[in-house]
Amino acid sequence: MATLTPAAAGQVISPDNSKKRRGPQDRPAIWRWVILLIAGVYFVVPLYAALRFAGLSGFKDVFTTPGFGSSLWLSIRLAAVTWIVSMLLMIPTTVYVHLRMPGLRRLLEGVTILPIVIPPVVLIIGVLQVMPLALRASVWLLALEYVILAMPFAYRALDAGLRAIDVKTLTEAAGSLGAGWLSTMWRVILPNMRTAVTAATILIVALVLGEFTMASLDLKQTFPVWIVLFDQENAQISVAASIFALFVTWVFLMLITVIATRQSRRTGGGEVTLFTVAPQQTIGN
Amino acid sequence: MTAKANETGATAGVHAPPAAASGSPEGTPVSLRNLTRAFGATKALDGMSLDIAPGELVALLGPSGCGKTTALRIVAGFEYADSGEVLVNGKDVSGVPAARRDMGMVFQSYSLFPNMNALDNVGFGLRMRKTAAAQRRRKAAELLDMVGLSAQAGQYPHQLSGGQQQRVALARALAIEPHVLLLDEPLSALDAKVRLQLREQIRTLQQRLGTTTIFVTHDQEEALSMADRVGVMRDGRLEQVADPSELYSRPATAFVAEFVGTMNRLPGELAGPGTVTVLGVSCAVIGNGGAGSPAIEDGLTSGPVDVLVRPEGLTVAAAEGGNGIVSGRTFLGAITRVAVLLSGDTEVRVDLASAAALAIPPGTSVQVGLPPTPVLVARRQQ
Repeated sequence: MATLTPAAAGQVISPDNSKKRRGPQDRPAIWRWVILLIAGVYFVVPLYAALRFAGLSGFKDVFTTPGFGSSLWLSIRLAAVTWIVSMLLMIPTTVYVHLRMPGLRRLLEGVTILPIVIPPVVLIIGVLQVMPLALRASVWLLALEYVILAMPFAYRALDAGLRAIDVKTLTEAAGSLGAGWLSTMWRVILPNMRTAVTAATILIVALVLGEFTMASLDLKQTFPVWIVLFDQENAQISVAASIFALFVTWVFLMLITVIATRQSRRTGGGEVTLFTVAPQQTIGN
Repeated sequence: MTAKANETGATAGVHAPPAAASGSPEGTPVSLRNLTRAFGATKALDGMSLDIAPGELVALLGPSGCGKTTALRIVAGFEYADSGEVLVNGKDVSGVPAARRDMGMVFQSYSLFPNMNALDNVGFGLRMRKTAAAQRRRKAAELLDMVGLSAQAGQYPHQLSGGQQQRVALARALAIEPHVLLLDEPLSALDAKVRLQLREQIRTLQQRLGTTTIFVTHDQEEALSMADRVGVMRDGRLEQVADPSELYSRPATAFVAEFVGTMNRLPGELAGPGTVTVLGVSCAVIGNGGAGSPAIEDGLTSGPVDVLVRPEGLTVAAAEGGNGIVSGRTFLGAITRVAVLLSGDTEVRVDLASAAALAIPPGTSVQVGLPPTPVLVARRQQ
C-alpha cells in the first residue's frame, strides 16, 4: 500500500519549501546592514587610529595643558550666546511667518539657506571688513556670525516643529480664551515647540563647538582653533583633546535628545529628530 | 418673522430674532449689521445682516465658500469686516481684539493645547482672567463633569478620542462664561455616532446655560436638529433665516428649497399667477398671494416653470402603462426612497413606507401623482 504523501493529499510541495526563501523584499534589509557596516567602518577606523595615536598619556595630560580650559569655556559661552540670539530671532520670525505670511515661507527658506551657499571664509572676511574695531576685538562678534551660520539649521528645525502643530488654530483658541500675544507664545506655542527647539539647540551647539574657519580668521582661540594650534606643539595631546571634545559633544547631544523625547512623548509629541518632528497623535473618534 | 433678504444684493435686510427666543433671557443679544468682506475679487460677505436674540442658537448653513465661516470669524475677532458692525449687547465690538471679546469658540480641528491635560485646558481661560488656582481647578472640574469627562481630567489631548477632545473644547469655551458661544463646524471631524451624541449634548448644554450661540455647519441635518433658527447662506448673503420647520416647508428661494432637504423639480405650466398644472393636476402656487408666503421667484406669471415638490409630497403606485418606470430604490429604514424616471427624462424621488416599496422593484411601471396641495414654483431650469 502506497503511503499517502503530502502531494497525494493535494498539497503542493516545492523542492526547497523547508528553506526560507530570500525574496526581493529581504534584499533591502541586507543592503541596509552592508551600508551600515561600511559607514561604521568609515567612522570608527579614524577614531580608533586617533585613540591609538593619542595613547593614554595624551588623555592624562590634556586637562592640564595651558589653553585647554579657557578655549573650551569660550566655545561653550559662544554656543550659549549663539543659541540665545538664534532663538530670540528665529522663533518669533518663524511663528509670525507661519501665522501671518505663510506665502513668504518659501522665500524665507531660500534666504536662510544662503549661509550654506556662501562659504564661511567669505562671510567672515566681509564681516571683518565692515565691522567697527571695537566689535572686531570682542569675542561676541563670533557669536553673531555663528547666528548667521546656524540660521539654516535653526530655521529648518523650528519650521518643521511648527508644521507639526496647528499653530493657527492653537493661537486663535488661546486668543478667544483671553490670552494676549505673549501669553499665547509662552504658554501655548513654545511648550509645543519644545521638540523643535531642542533639535535646533542640538544643531547650534554641534555647529559652534566644531567651527574652525571663522574663529581662526577672527583670531579667536576657540576650542577647535586651540586644537589645531596645539597640534604643532604636541600632536598626541591635540588628538586626545579632539576625541574628548567629540565625546563631550556626543554626550551632551544625547542628553538633550533623551530628555526632550521623554518630555515630548508625555504630551503625545514625537521623537526628537533634527529636521522632522512627528505630529501630535490622537486615538481616533 | 422670516425675512426674504438681500435678494438683489443692493439692500441688506435684517433678519430679526423671534419675539421670544427659546433660550434664557440672561443671554446676550448679538447683531450683525451689513457685514461685507472681500478677499481680492471674491466677496466672502456681501452685506450680511442678522439679529440674534439672547440665548438663541442660530445655525449658519450653506455650501463651501458661502461666507458662513468668515461671518463667524468676524464675530470672533479673527477677521475684520471691510464694512459693517458687530453689536454685542448693543455695543459695536468691531475694534475690540478677540482676546477681549469674551466669546468662547469651538473649532473644527481639535484645538486643545497638547501640552496641557484636560483640566488645564478647561482652566486656561480662567487662568488668563487671573482666577485663583483653587477656584480655577474647581470650576474646570465642574465643567468637565458637565460634559461627562471627570475621569479624563488628567489626560492629555493625545490620550483622548476626537469626541472627547471636542467635549473638552466645549467645556473650555464655556468655562469663561462667554457672552457668545461660537461653534465652527465642531462635529465635522467626528464619526456619525459620536456626532449625533455630541450635537445632542451641545444643544442640551446651550439651552441649560442660555448662552447665545452661533453655529456654523454645512450639514443641514445638524443645523435643522440643533438650531432655534437656521440662516441659509449663499455667495456671502443670507438667503433666508427661519426656524427649521418653516425653512423646510416654506423656503424663500429656490436655492433654499433645494439646499435644505431633498427636492424634486417637475415640469409644469403656470396657467396664471396662482395656478400651476403639473402631472396633469392643477395646484395652487405657494406665494403669489396663494398661500401667504412671499413669491419664491419674481416675474413668474405664466408659461413653463419647474414645480418643486419634496419626495414625501408625491405618490407612487404600480400601474400598467403609468407615467414612469422605477429606476432605483434606496432603503432608509422606515421609508424607502424610490427613484422614478418619468417621460421626458425627468427623474423624481418619492418616499414610500419600506414595506410598500418592496412591491415596486426597479423596472416596474408606476403612476406618479401629486395631491392637489399648494406647491412651490421656480423658473424653468435649462
